[in-house]
Amino acid sequence: MDATILLLLLQDGVVNGAIYALIALSLVLVFTVTRVILIPQGEFVAYGALTLASLEAGTLPGTVPLLLGLGACAFLADCAEARHNLDGRALLRFGLRDLALPGVVAVIAWLLAPTKPGLPVEILLTLVIVTPMGGFLHAVAFRPLAHASVLVLLIASVGVHLALTGLGLVFFGAEGSRTPPLSEASFPAGPLLVSGQSLWMIGLTLAIIVALWLFFSRTLLGKALIATAVNRLGARLMGIAPSLAGRLSFSVAAFIGALSGVLIAPLTTVYYDTGFLIGLKGFVAAIIGGLASYPAAAAAALLVGIIESVASFEASAFKEVIVFMAIIPVLLWRSLRSAPVEDEE
Amino acid sequence: MTRPMLEAESVSVAYGKVEAVRGISLTVEPGRLVTVLGANGAGKTTLLNALMGVLPARGAIRFEGRDLTRLPVEARVAQGLSLIPERRELFSTMTVEDNLKLGAFRFRGTGGGGDIGEMYRLFPRLAERRRQHAGTLSGGERQMLAMARALMGRPRLLMLDEPSLGLAPLIVAEVMRTVARLRDEGVAILLVEQNARAALQIADHGYVLDGGTVVLEGDSRTLQTDARVVETYLGVLAADDAAAPPNRVASGR
Repeated sequence: MDATILLLLLQDGVVNGAIYALIALSLVLVFTVTRVILIPQGEFVAYGALTLASLEAGTLPGTVPLLLGLGACAFLADCAEARHNLDGRALLRFGLRDLALPGVVAVIAWLLAPTKPGLPVEILLTLVIVTPMGGFLHAVAFRPLAHASVLVLLIASVGVHLALTGLGLVFFGAEGSRTPPLSEASFPAGPLLVSGQSLWMIGLTLAIIVALWLFFSRTLLGKALIATAVNRLGARLMGIAPSLAGRLSFSVAAFIGALSGVLIAPLTTVYYDTGFLIGLKGFVAAIIGGLASYPAAAAAALLVGIIESVASFEASAFKEVIVFMAIIPVLLWRSLRSAPVEDEE
Repeated sequence: MTRPMLEAESVSVAYGKVEAVRGISLTVEPGRLVTVLGANGAGKTTLLNALMGVLPARGAIRFEGRDLTRLPVEARVAQGLSLIPERRELFSTMTVEDNLKLGAFRFRGTGGGGDIGEMYRLFPRLAERRRQHAGTLSGGERQMLAMARALMGRPRLLMLDEPSLGLAPLIVAEVMRTVARLRDEGVAILLVEQNARAALQIADHGYVLDGGTVVLEGDSRTLQTDARVVETYLGVLAADDAAAPPNRVASGR
């Protein structure tokens, strides 16, 4: 391997690492706020990519009926949750959020999809379709378990992942899709050719990181999320409902997942179950960051991307093995370094 | 007689099979400072947690005539209840200022919350520490931050759980003065204390708990001179603040 190849591999690693960083950040966010290890994060990625691909093809994406169905389930879950204090105002709020919002999105998608409105509009539409799913999933699958242990939440998370993969197969079929790149331009940089697509990926990742930072440091809602992560009881005593914090963090995760899907769709053919592996690599990075630190998770994601690209060049058959093995020394180091945790809470 | 602000009617709380609070009834009138006294394990903290909705309870809890029994903590906060728990539950990795901002969360978007500048005037130490993490504060400063954070939510009924716990006597006096001033400003207060002397000095009315039930109730002047209270809580506590009461009030009856 000479320097040019190394540079190429590094470039590849950084671009992939950007996607893993986005996923790792949303995993850290969801875990710190709700204690859920969000295995289905990869499904948001796949849904994002596949939704964009079918909009590209001028057809109504399968995520639209899925969104309507999830919204209806969330409506029932909300009503069940509030059954003791259910009044007209609550019903109206749930109806607007769980039925009207997906309905409006569905109508827009149905009107716009056959017209092939162009990539920017299609990307926007993709984000609008996938993002509300996060909140709905939280209401249906995780809010009723809010007091359960991390293990139970993880089991539920695996269940949701399996369900969403199956639904992905139903609504999108077994065919993979690919979308055109966000930009056809490319720029020579020394021995490398930097594609516009990779610049978009890195730029948008940085933009999301900055946006998250602003959200957490400048807005009361962002601070409320951190407060819930730091001290759940303290947050409740300030009137910050864990369900609000959970819904919000799941929505942010779905948004970031869908965006990752949009970014990755031009690079690789995405199938209904592609998201899982991408999500797992983001998970490796989040674990290296201790599922707690955003900067550490983002840095670890870059490392995972680079390890992956070097591994795929040196020993492509063992690429995944090498990436996932990277987690073992980190776990060893962490468990030796930190005091044993007896039981949570 | 004024209509009670908070009404608890035979509230019971059980941890598994053990009943920590057994059929307690209690009322707080608007603008009054009511204290709940009792030894360790008498059920004081459990009672407050049940009133706030942190623990599930049987019985009826009404706030300004509205039934709270089925409302979660957040909804009770929205009604104007506020609890400063024994462990303060501050956001330790966030700055003092962010803790205060979050205190007004229930007014988000409406600008109706407390004024941070006013809190800094009330607790000047917090102004000096505004950029520090809450976890770096001393015990007294934490208590001040917990009070200021609760006041940012403009509570109409403030419940304090052992605000004097672990504080130096001078700071205890300051905390008690602040509590009394809040009452004078019209906030109804339910004060749970082991430091009976300090609490009775500022309270209007008091309840004495033992074994999870109310064993004595009366206005604070009467309680201060009640033989059983003097013997069990004031006399002994004055001699040795840390000692547990030697005999239970109930057995003395």
